[in-house]
Amino acid sequence: MKQIQHTELVIIGGGPAGLSAALSAKENGIGQITIIEREQEPGGILNQCIHNGFGLHTFKEELTGPEYALRYIAGVLKYDITILTDTMAVSVTKDKLITAVNKRDGLITIQAKAVILAMGCRERPRGALNIPGFRPAGIYSAGTAQRLINREGLMPGKEVVILGSGDIGLIMARRMTLEGAAVKLVAELMPYSGGLKRNIVQCLEDFQIPLRLSHTVTEIHGRERVEGVTIARVNREGRVIEGTEEYITCDTLLLSVGLIPENELSFEMGIELDSVTNGPVVNQKLETGLGGVFACGNVLHVHDLVDYVSQEAALAGKNAAGYLQGPSNEKLTEGESGNEIGIRPGKGVRYTVPHKIMYKDMEDKVIIRFRTDNIYEKCKLAMYFDDSLIQSADKLMVTPGEMESCVLKRELLNKYPETREIEFRIEVE
Amino acid sequence: MEQRHLTCIGCPLGCRLTVKLEREKILSVTGNTCKRGEEYAKKEVTSPTRILTTTVRIEGGRYPVVPVKTERDIPKDKIRDCMEELKAVLLHAPVKVGDVVMHNAGHTGVNVVATSNCCLFHEEK
Repeated sequence: MKQIQHTELVIIGGGPAGLSAALSAKENGIGQITIIEREQEPGGILNQCIHNGFGLHTFKEELTGPEYALRYIAGVLKYDITILTDTMAVSVTKDKLITAVNKRDGLITIQAKAVILAMGCRERPRGALNIPGFRPAGIYSAGTAQRLINREGLMPGKEVVILGSGDIGLIMARRMTLEGAAVKLVAELMPYSGGLKRNIVQCLEDFQIPLRLSHTVTEIHGRERVEGVTIARVNREGRVIEGTEEYITCDTLLLSVGLIPENELSFEMGIELDSVTNGPVVNQKLETGLGGVFACGNVLHVHDLVDYVSQEAALAGKNAAGYLQGPSNEKLTEGESGNEIGIRPGKGVRYTVPHKIMYKDMEDKVIIRFRTDNIYEKCKLAMYFDDSLIQSADKLMVTPGEMESCVLKRELLNKYPETREIEFRIEVE
Repeated sequence: MEQRHLTCIGCPLGCRLTVKLEREKILSVTGNTCKRGEEYAKKEVTSPTRILTTTVRIEGGRYPVVPVKTERDIPKDKIRDCMEELKAVLLHAPVKVGDVVMHNAGHTGVNVVATSNCCLFHEEK
């Protein structure tokens, strides 16, 4: 058994969240930081997102994914931050003892004083969809196809159908077209696309690729290799309307059907997870139910813009530093009566992050991020303190595909010291 | 008179824009909610441009391809030409982010640059 290494802060994951959290913790005075990254190099999924459109908020310029990642990697390399690449964290205990493995060192155990969870998310696989048929070659998640093309230089197929019109699906429709494939259509179960308007125009309309809303794939044909798929229209409940089936010849089916935060480590640590986000329940410091364990980025909730991941992760890094530099590593305030204010998703809102505010530790403001459960036009975003309407903002349109946020100021809460619960609602006249 | 229909990409509203044209001259833009929609429509019907991002082959590197982009946006109708030209490019590692991998791609006057580092195989960092 190797000796246990000791460090102040361990960050699990070296993608955009982990890198930004590390930089922020360092800039807030933390000496020893170790990032554990399972890929050969840091940067996470950005390394395969070669398209542009990243960084408009953070850097006020339009970068590609790898360029955005390099900005943060350069920052991390400038400081004395350890990055263990090609290394997989296999367990984290409640006491912050991390076990990891890699080819160089075998088994590694690190005792940390604080941990930031930044493992990101993964794609929903075919198995989660219940599409009947054999198991032929030619079915890929959109992100796998993206990796094959943009990193490995391999083309997964020639005639493509894409199920799911989230941004990754749209981006891959364009990417495969540019590389010479015929993208037959993009089918979307919902009556609207979850992708950005910009991607619908520039990835589909630019190349005359049809977007079939309220459609799904009902059968995959082919035994050895995909030979075609049957698509059909669905009703409002998402059920297939009989008689609308249509056979489409293709050799490849890409699935872009949702992302799931990767929380196996968090779950085994006993951290409470939110059943809507599939990520940890956190307070305004992005601290989980375990003191000194923070979560940020797509492991906390799936984001649509990396800029917000970086911003959120910087907050987690700063708060981890605050925890390490605090009077003691005890969690002082949790559970203290009258301190905890719950934040609840009301009508029209699916979830909020954070889930609660520890009032005594609250800074001047807290950014509350959330998603709506549907598209609403000309609506109001209303904030209630214990069932009294406190403020309301007009919105021309909200959609589930675009994360919304609201800044809650401490001075506003100061005016209502008895507040126990804050609720966000979407109100349509 | 010609009419063209566009979707504005400025925000999630995605306004359906209608542009009326008379021999390349814009007569009116309707359907937009804000100024951005009008500007987008004018640009999109007169000179639509895009930044092209793709990969090119590389030898001796850690990966067989390296990501690249056009330094500026190029006319939309030049995208195919640029892709064809880039297919013929074979780079040799190492390549650094910002290195020009092709000059004047597709006669657009715009260079194509690497958007990532690709170090030699076996070389760390």
